Amino acid sequence: MSDPSLVPAMLVAAGLAVTVGSALGWAAVRLRPNADPLVERIDALLPQTQCGQCRHPGCRPYAEAVARGDAEIDQCPPGGDATVRALAELLGREPRSLDPAFGVTAPRQVAVIDEARCIGCALCLPACPVDAIVGAPRFVHTVIEQQCTGCALCLPPCPVDCIELRAPRAAEPPGGRRAA
Amino acid sequence: MFDRREFPSGLQLVPHKAAALERAIFEAPAPTLATVALEQGNGREARPTVSAGDRVRVGTLIGRAMDEGTVAVHASIAGIVRAIEVRETASRAGQGLCIVIENDGSDQNEPGLEMVEWDSLSPEMLVDRIRAAGIAGLGGAAFPTAAKLAAASRRPATHLVLNGAECEPWICCDDALMRERAADVVLGGQVMLRASGAARCTIAVEDDKPEAIAALESALAAAADPRLELRLLGATYPAGAERQLLAVVTGTEIPHDAYPTDVGLLCQNVGTAAAVASLVRTGMPATRRVVTVTGSGVGRPGNVEARYGTPIADLVAACGGYRSDPRRLIAGGSMTGRALPCDAVPVTQAVNCIIAATAEDLSPPRREMPCIRCGDCAGVCPAGLLPQSLLRAAGADDAELLETFGLADCIECGCCDYVCPSQIPLTARFRSARAARALRLDEQRRAAEARERYARHERRLAEAAAAEREAFEAARRRARGGPE
Repeated sequence: MSDPSLVPAMLVAAGLAVTVGSALGWAAVRLRPNADPLVERIDALLPQTQCGQCRHPGCRPYAEAVARGDAEIDQCPPGGDATVRALAELLGREPRSLDPAFGVTAPRQVAVIDEARCIGCALCLPACPVDAIVGAPRFVHTVIEQQCTGCALCLPPCPVDCIELRAPRAAEPPGGRRAA
Repeated sequence: MFDRREFPSGLQLVPHKAAALERAIFEAPAPTLATVALEQGNGREARPTVSAGDRVRVGTLIGRAMDEGTVAVHASIAGIVRAIEVRETASRAGQGLCIVIENDGSDQNEPGLEMVEWDSLSPEMLVDRIRAAGIAGLGGAAFPTAAKLAAASRRPATHLVLNGAECEPWICCDDALMRERAADVVLGGQVMLRASGAARCTIAVEDDKPEAIAALESALAAAADPRLELRLLGATYPAGAERQLLAVVTGTEIPHDAYPTDVGLLCQNVGTAAAVASLVRTGMPATRRVVTVTGSGVGRPGNVEARYGTPIADLVAACGGYRSDPRRLIAGGSMTGRALPCDAVPVTQAVNCIIAATAEDLSPPRREMPCIRCGDCAGVCPAGLLPQSLLRAAGADDAELLETFGLADCIECGCCDYVCPSQIPLTARFRSARAARALRLDEQRRAAEARERYARHERRLAEAAAAEREAFEAARRRARGGPE
C-alpha cells in the first residue's frame, strides 16, 4: 500500500481520467449531433415524395412521428411494401404490408401544366413541397420534370384544373461501363 | 513479345472475321433519306438545332450537346430536313429522336471546314475542336472522346492506350482500318497525345492481326515519334475490354470506383484515333465510320464506310443483299451485340458491326437448368467476379448482396454464359440487374435532391411566416401607439 513506486502510475491514471473525462464531457455538450439519428435513418428510407398521403406534412415529419411511436410504419404508399419492409427491419418490427387506408402504390408520375389553360395565378407555387414549379403571377407556369415527385399537391389549388399527372418521359437509365 | 497468361481468364473463340476482311474497305452510297439519331449510342440525346424544312450540308451542326456527356451531331448528307421525330434506333432504348434528311444529291460540304493546325493549337482548343466535331468512342460505347481527353488533361503524365484489340468474334472494322489507314491511327494518337497532355502512347493490338501489325509498324517507322509504341497481346476474348486491357498493357489495375483517367490512364479506340486524324486533316466533323457487315445471311461480307443515318438495309444491300434466310439482325458482335428490331434503323457511332445471322450462325435454343455450382463461370470471368454467387443474389433481388459481389464491375462480356454447362443466361440476368441497379441509384439520387429541396422549401415558408408575424406585430404596436 505504501509502495512509493505506485505513486507516479496512480498520478498518470488520475490525470488521464480527468483529461479524458473532461474531453468527453465537453464533446457531449458541444459536439452533440444536431438531429436525432433515428429520425435521420428513417427519413433515409422514405421515398421523399413529400405527398402527405401518410397524413403528415412531409417525409421528415412522418419519420419523426414514426420515431416517436405516433405513426405506424405502413403508411407510405409511394414507398410501398419495400419501404415498409425496410422500416420494419430498421426498427425491429414485424414486417407487414402497406395499409390500404392510406392509398395504393403506383408507378411514379409527374405533374404537367397545360400551358394553354394556365392563367398564371401562382396558387400552385407554394403548394409544391419541392419548389419544382417555375412561374410568377400572370406568367405561365411550368413544372421542372426532373424535380417533380408526383405528389399531386399542386392539383387541388389550381382554379382552372390545368395540371395533370402523367407518366414521366421515358428516360434511359444511365449507361453502364464501357467495353470494347 | 507477349504473354498470354497476362490476360486474366477469358475465352478463345472462333473469330469469324476472315470473310469480311477479304476485300478492302469500300464506301456505301449516300442514302436518299438519312435518319440521323440525336443519341449516338451512349444514352444521352443532343438537342436539335434545325427544324423541318431547313437546308443542311455535310457537316452542318444539327444536334447540340448540352453537357459534357453528350456528343454533338452533324448532318452526314446535304439536303433538306424533312422531319424530326422518334424512330426506331439501335440504341439501348430501341428508339430515339432522329433528324430525317432528304438527300439533294449535291453532297456539298458545310462552308468553312478546313484542316486543323493541331500542332499549334493549345491542348484546350484542340479538345474543344474534337468536342465540337462530335467525335465519340467508336469501339461500341460511343462515349464522348473530348470528355475523356479533358479528364486526362487534368492529370500529369497520362498513358494513352489506343485499343486495337478487337477481340469479339465477327467484328473486324478496326482490323481493316488498321491495315488500310495505319497512318491515320498514328496521327490520331499524336493529336490525342497533345490534346490530353499524355506522355506516351501505346497501340495495343492482338497478335492474330499480322497485316494490321505490319501496317502499324511501318506507319510508326514513318512517324518516327519516340512517344508511340506498339504492343502485342494474346488473342483472347475480351482482351479489348477497357479496364482489362489497361491492366494488361500498363500493369495498373483501375479501382472499381474510379475511372481510368483517375489513375493516369486513357483508353481510346483505334477507330476513334482515325476519326480524330480525319478531323485534323479535313476539318470535317464526325459524319461517317467503318462498319463490318457480315454473317452467313449476307451476300458478300465486308467492311463498309457508312455515313451516320444510313439505314442498315442500305449497308446490307451494298454487301450483296440478304442471302439464305437470315433469322436475326444483330448490331455489335456475337457476344455483346443487340438484336435489332428491323433493318431500317440507322448507323450511329456505336454501331461497329452488323451480323445478319442465319440459323447456322445462331446457337440452338438453350434449355436452362439449375446451377450446379461448378465454378466454370468464375474461371473465365475477366473482371474476377463470382458469377454463380451474383446469379444467386440477382435471383433473390438482394441489392446489398449484388453490390458485395461486384455487380457494378460486370462488363457484360458474356463469357460466363458461354461456358455455363447448365445453359443459364447469366449475362442477361446481370444486364437486367444492372439496369435495375441504375434505376435504384437514380431513385436514390432523386430522393436526396427532393429531401434537400423540401427542407429548403419548409425553411423558406417558416422564414416568410416569421417575417409576416413580425410585420403584423409591428403594425399592431404602431396602431396601439398611434391614437395616444
